[in-house]
Amino acid sequence: MPVAETDAQLVARCRSGDDDAWRELVDRFSRYVYAIAVQAFRLSEADAEDVFQEVFARAYQNLSKLRDDAAIRPWLAQLTRRLCLDTIRAGAREQPGEIPEPSGVDDTIATLDESLYVHEALATLPSNCREILDRFFARDESYRNIGDALDLPAGTIASRISRCLVKLRAELEGRNPVPAESGG
Amino acid sequence: MRNYDEETLAVLLRTLPAAPVAWVKAAQEIPLARRGLDDIVERARADQAFREALFANAESTLEGAGYEPDPALLDAVRERLTP
Repeated sequence: MPVAETDAQLVARCRSGDDDAWRELVDRFSRYVYAIAVQAFRLSEADAEDVFQEVFARAYQNLSKLRDDAAIRPWLAQLTRRLCLDTIRAGAREQPGEIPEPSGVDDTIATLDESLYVHEALATLPSNCREILDRFFARDESYRNIGDALDLPAGTIASRISRCLVKLRAELEGRNPVPAESGG
Repeated sequence: MRNYDEETLAVLLRTLPAAPVAWVKAAQEIPLARRGLDDIVERARADQAFREALFANAESTLEGAGYEPDPALLDAVRERLTP
């Protein structure tokens, strides 16, 4: 079973100039940054793409300024949040007054934090479970597509998903509680 | 501790869909971009001699053009220029 590198270890490798580590960092947090932009702030795809690229460009540029390597997740959340708000404000320049954050941003980000926690646990499962759960839940693929892609009979997909969810639950139950939310 | 029943797990897994592949790839290439990937590709597209030299011997061509020819940059240049 793969042992996931901690966020702090990954950030330390990035800071040492390891391109593979940077690719892995982007991979680890891409869903999170994307979801904050489109779910919490409801940005258009075009605006979300701009924010997404800017977040990672600034993160790369300023990684050396991060005081606590383990705090990369809340740091990225805060950076994404600020850039989303800047985008909304720039789009509403003609309107007088302060533009507030959309309602429910804190709650949405708290849910995304928990979801990321579950995805991190997923990353430690055997590759067959990672693949099938990700395809079914996160990529919304049909049993038929999953069966074709993984060369499995479609009739066995549901039971495999169920077994992998049991493994995921066991992994989560063996972990520490969900980390504090990034909101605020 | 939170009870992660199947329904909760399903909801939480669905909450984080994958970001578009092209966005992720572009973000992953930021270190390469900082080292001149975009400039190299642009020059190769505009300058046939440079492009041919790159395909013939990427490492020495990049070195001669003033870039640090590290393996990741070489791979990315080849990938971008391969039709």
